Amino acid sequence: MNWRVKVERRVSYPRFFPTVVLLFSLLGGFVLIGLLFLISHVNPLFALWKIFSGSFGSLYGITETITKAIPLILIGSGLALVFRAKFWNIGAEGQLLIGAIFAGYVALNLGPKLPFYVIVPLMFVAGFIGGALWALPTVILKLRLNVNEVISTLMLNYIAAELLNFLITGPWKGKTQMGFPYTDDFPHSAVLSVVPGTRIHLVTLCLALLFAFALFIMVYYTRFGYELRVTGDNPDAARYAGIDFMKVTLIMMIISGGVAGIAGVGEVAGIHHHLSYPSSISSGYGYTAIIVAWLAKLNPLLTILSGLFFAGIVVGGDAIQVSLGLPAATVQIFNGILLFSLIMGDYFLNHRVKLVVREAP
Amino acid sequence: MTRIKKLEMIGITKTFGNVIANRDINLQVEAGEILGLLGENGAGKTTLMNIVYGLYRPDSGAIKINGKPVSLSSPAHAMAQGIGMVHQHFKLIQNHTVLENIALGYKDAPFLFPTRKVAHDLRRLQENYGLEINPDVYVWQLSAGEQQRVEILKALFRGADLLILDEPTSVLTPQEAQGLFRTLSRLASEGHSVIFISHKLDEVLSICNRVTVLRHGQVVGTKDTAGVDKRELARMMVGREILFDLKRKDVKKGGVVLEVQGLHVNNDRGLTSVSDVSFDIKAGEIFGIAGVSGNGQQELVEALTGLRPIDSGQILVNGRDISRASPYTINAMGVSHIPEERIKFGTAPSLAIFENAVLKQHGNRAFSGRLFLDFASIKEHAKRIVSNFKVRTPSIDVPVRTLSGGNIQKLILGREISGKPSLLIASHPTYGLDVGATQYIRSQILQLREKSVAVLLISEDLEELVELCDRIAVMFKGKIMGIVAREDLNLEHIGLMMTGSHARSACEAGK
Repeated sequence: MNWRVKVERRVSYPRFFPTVVLLFSLLGGFVLIGLLFLISHVNPLFALWKIFSGSFGSLYGITETITKAIPLILIGSGLALVFRAKFWNIGAEGQLLIGAIFAGYVALNLGPKLPFYVIVPLMFVAGFIGGALWALPTVILKLRLNVNEVISTLMLNYIAAELLNFLITGPWKGKTQMGFPYTDDFPHSAVLSVVPGTRIHLVTLCLALLFAFALFIMVYYTRFGYELRVTGDNPDAARYAGIDFMKVTLIMMIISGGVAGIAGVGEVAGIHHHLSYPSSISSGYGYTAIIVAWLAKLNPLLTILSGLFFAGIVVGGDAIQVSLGLPAATVQIFNGILLFSLIMGDYFLNHRVKLVVREAP
Repeated sequence: MTRIKKLEMIGITKTFGNVIANRDINLQVEAGEILGLLGENGAGKTTLMNIVYGLYRPDSGAIKINGKPVSLSSPAHAMAQGIGMVHQHFKLIQNHTVLENIALGYKDAPFLFPTRKVAHDLRRLQENYGLEINPDVYVWQLSAGEQQRVEILKALFRGADLLILDEPTSVLTPQEAQGLFRTLSRLASEGHSVIFISHKLDEVLSICNRVTVLRHGQVVGTKDTAGVDKRELARMMVGREILFDLKRKDVKKGGVVLEVQGLHVNNDRGLTSVSDVSFDIKAGEIFGIAGVSGNGQQELVEALTGLRPIDSGQILVNGRDISRASPYTINAMGVSHIPEERIKFGTAPSLAIFENAVLKQHGNRAFSGRLFLDFASIKEHAKRIVSNFKVRTPSIDVPVRTLSGGNIQKLILGREISGKPSLLIASHPTYGLDVGATQYIRSQILQLREKSVAVLLISEDLEELVELCDRIAVMFKGKIMGIVAREDLNLEHIGLMMTGSHARSACEAGK
């Protein structure tokens, strides 16, 4: 008897198969995470139960989960768009922050003079423009000088964060904040209303659902979506077909950066009501959204589900930090392992791995 | 290491899911022998050879080398046993030089500066087998024919005793093919064995000692080439009679459709690769371009289709200047294009057939509004192409990558023709296709001619050019050496022009 592992490319598979693979890779990820809990002497089942009861087990948990899902859905649906064209925008974090800064400018300078029905739309438009502007240098560098977009988007995150730090400790530092590095609080007209008793800022939630749906339609049903999918699948064929790479890249990055900017508006106008440290405005939504998009199989509509899922992990992660005394990095490790297992899952989707046992000749 | 004197495959069966790719195949090849392996696309030739090369493991059956059973678990293992393979689609790294590609993965290369030792040995090997190529150029700069030479060198360099060549001549000119055949004969006479996979019956008959024919994954028979003719082989391969003569009707030519004047185009290295090329094509005319690959044909086609900027000169389609137009505009003006590498350029492999059926036409009124695609009419269109052009597929919803090469080409042809072009530019349209698909594509091109379409046919298959073209131009080092009308055709002239003689001197030499 001898046995060996046989790997073959899978040419076709049944319709339900991707879902099965997805579930199994999530399961695999949770098993790995469980091992990590074991190492820290925590019962993994208990820890997982804590996480999901923390996020989905109570009304408070659910509202918090929805609150954190808002930026994840917004950014994730935008990333699903660009990732589908194989353009790796890792810069949503920075785009979010710039969106927040733009909204902050509008709120602080125009807010006192204008009513909310003018100032709120204005903030969102400004946030979209800010995020989009922050995405543009990457596109130009890519198209003109062929600079890898992973590097440029990632680096711009640091610049955005430092710009925000500079503003809140320098020129925009609030006079009413008793020395804290915050801007002044936004005027009432620039504060988003929330569902009573929660932190869910409804306008942004509606925008998130709207964008997820609109981008879904865009990817699968429009001419632009078609050009984007061809570009991602085979750039040479796209060129042959006369698809304008510059146009496709520009439009999709404006959208992707723009929605990240909107997420930033939601965070500052809906939750914090002033600009503060980058890490307190975002807590890494721009990075978590990468996994959100991936779990959604780059389908913008499905980011609603995967966004809620990861928001749950973020909320539950906070819960176990407190109750089990685990380090704050636990959630990030958690997310990293899940992304890893999801990408591994894609391998098994495209390859058949079999254990073959047979008699020795 | 003992050399391979005899390789046997006994009762090989291989299945992929429900598809039986190889069923109970027996085959043997001995040292000093060239074995032809014939079969249509999907007959299981490539699968069988991938088994020999260790890429796949058979479900059952045995492989014996010199009478001893071996288990070939990986290409590295197969290479160590003295088996080398040149794939139909080259496995070279485009951003590396020829030398680096050959040194890559070579087990005797030193850890530091691996290319130095390799460079020296390679030069000797090249001289030995007459495989000329500059080892320092990047692979992406090479034509398909040159890349193949690199693949052969790579296999020989690793000491292959048994060389498997998958469709090796589909990118070569007659002269190049003759050179390859001389190399193969020399290899065989030195005790190598060669397995030669091909659709071209003439070639198999002329250079192989024996031929094994596959159909639907099974061996139909093995014959000595001395005892069979083309017709019989074709019948074994296809399972029915094949007509070799295409009907070429007299067609009245119309006005000039494509006019090229003094065209200069640079290649990726910035060097002139199309130099002062002028010609025109009339409606209802098939204009062929012959030449060894890498003599500017690719750049010419790219310039004509808007994929490559031109340096100087003028291109007119139906009297309108397209010298600086985008690929999209050019297509919209009725110029269709069957690209050289159908898998690389012609399709988006993960997208469904129906989505690929409108590639390049997706912006047309018929398939799309200002924003939204009209999937109903796109699917209708795809179904029409699939049925009119006999694309074999379970449905139009499956990804294109599940189709065979021949069926992908039929899909592309169907798509390009359905746009009712006034000019069709076809680059190597039958490259690597089986006899059935090749004849089909050629007959479709002839039909276009009858419908008053102007056709520019770039091919390295002279047989194909002679069969189809009204006029043939020969390109050498970016220049047109001469244009020969069908009536004055003389293969010897064309062969001479392909190596750089001008039309007049070639004619004189021919006389």
